[in-house]
Amino acid sequence: MSEQPANSGQQSARISFERVAWSAGTFRLESVSFAIPAGNYAVLMGKTGCGKTTLLEILCGLRRPADGRVLIGERDVTALPPGERGIGYVPQDGAMFPTMTVREQIGFALKIRHWSAETITARVQELSGQLGVAHLLDRLPQNLSGGERQRVALGRALAAKPSVLLLDEPLSALDEELRDELAALLKRVQREFSLTALHITHSRREAEQLADVMFRMEAGQVTAAQTKVCGG
Amino acid sequence: MPSPPQRPSPFWLSLAAVAGLYLFFLLALLVATATYTTPEELLKALGKREIQHSIALSLLTCTVTALLSLLLAVPVGYLLARARFPGKHWVEAALDIPIVLPPMVMGLCLLILFQTALGRFIERATVPFTYTVFGVVLAQFTIGAAFAVRTMRQTFDQLSARPEDVAMTLGCTRAQAVWLVTLPAAKRGMFAAASVAWARSLGEFGPILVFAGATRMKTEVLPTTVWLELSVGNLEAAVAVSLLMVLCAMGVLAAVKWLGEEV
Repeated sequence: MSEQPANSGQQSARISFERVAWSAGTFRLESVSFAIPAGNYAVLMGKTGCGKTTLLEILCGLRRPADGRVLIGERDVTALPPGERGIGYVPQDGAMFPTMTVREQIGFALKIRHWSAETITARVQELSGQLGVAHLLDRLPQNLSGGERQRVALGRALAAKPSVLLLDEPLSALDEELRDELAALLKRVQREFSLTALHITHSRREAEQLADVMFRMEAGQVTAAQTKVCGG
Repeated sequence: MPSPPQRPSPFWLSLAAVAGLYLFFLLALLVATATYTTPEELLKALGKREIQHSIALSLLTCTVTALLSLLLAVPVGYLLARARFPGKHWVEAALDIPIVLPPMVMGLCLLILFQTALGRFIERATVPFTYTVFGVVLAQFTIGAAFAVRTMRQTFDQLSARPEDVAMTLGCTRAQAVWLVTLPAAKRGMFAAASVAWARSLGEFGPILVFAGATRMKTEVLPTTVWLELSVGNLEAAVAVSLLMVLCAMGVLAAVKWLGEEV
């Protein structure tokens, strides 16, 4: 795998939630405010069903908050469609596109953006090499293991060079050995690509392994749990 | 030492016996019909101009209906599977009306609709439906589409919305995400929905009789032929056409079962 930085020139961006509110039935998030410094790996912890994924979906643009603002860098993205926010999103279990090969999955965002075929091929080759999936490019998702699927999902999210990487329990479906391997890859990719990452998990071990900043979600509120000295 | 083979319990044996009896009954129906007539009689019946016209019209109208049903079923099935809106249960119940209403009543409803000002306006603005081939298609579509909608809704229910969400974060609009990610994955469901609509339409009789009539060489489809031939005592021709419909229906069933796995 190549160790050279790939996203030279890319700026990492601060993520801010300002008094974000959202509700559905009896579930509500009220005035959620917190910020992740640019270039940090943030981990958001909390029990299942506490609203972590909802918050991530608000940041993605898949849900519109009832109130408040979401900023990526200096840009207010609250009303922007998901594709214009400069984010890469890796959901739980990868959510592969069922009928596309690995090559098509990784090149998807670039095709949508009308990149030329040669540029797409070059980008797919570069990313697949960095993520260790170059030998899988012609496979369909049903022929991939859980770990391979997550690597492909990561490549697909990174292809259009986002400034922010959002990960929704990306390691939860993997066995322990693979989990450590993929956690190391996530951390390396975040550093090399100068990304601001928000990673959701309920595993304390995962959080301690990865987090520069750690947040906890409880009763519809997010609080800073712990801050490590940023090492790199 | 190898363990002795397990003997099925009386519980499973009795269930198998019930299923076996029912299958035997179905098979007996088909075998009795198939052996009732000779191949010569069959060919003679199929050589009649009226019956050939009816076969061609049935195949054509069922295919058009299947495609139209799919055009309706894909967006409606998607809406029901993905969207939450007030009154959704009522919409779902209303879409099942053609399935629960007696087919003959459905034909009468169509006939009455096209006697009203709205119906006459539709006919003036498009094509005449009452007692025409277009009426055959509309009668088939009214019922076939409801089955196609049901199939497409189940298909979209089974496909996770998550890949669409990811596609949107990658730059797609919702429509692009559905077109590029979900529809290719729903191919098998679309094939099944079109096949169900096709098969339902092939057997549609009551609504066509009431709304489009039973004019030979004009609005006569295969079930109409069976009825017309029976009414003049020509049992051989009725059986021949019935066998043809059995073959078509079994072909569709086989296609859905086997080809559906591949699509």
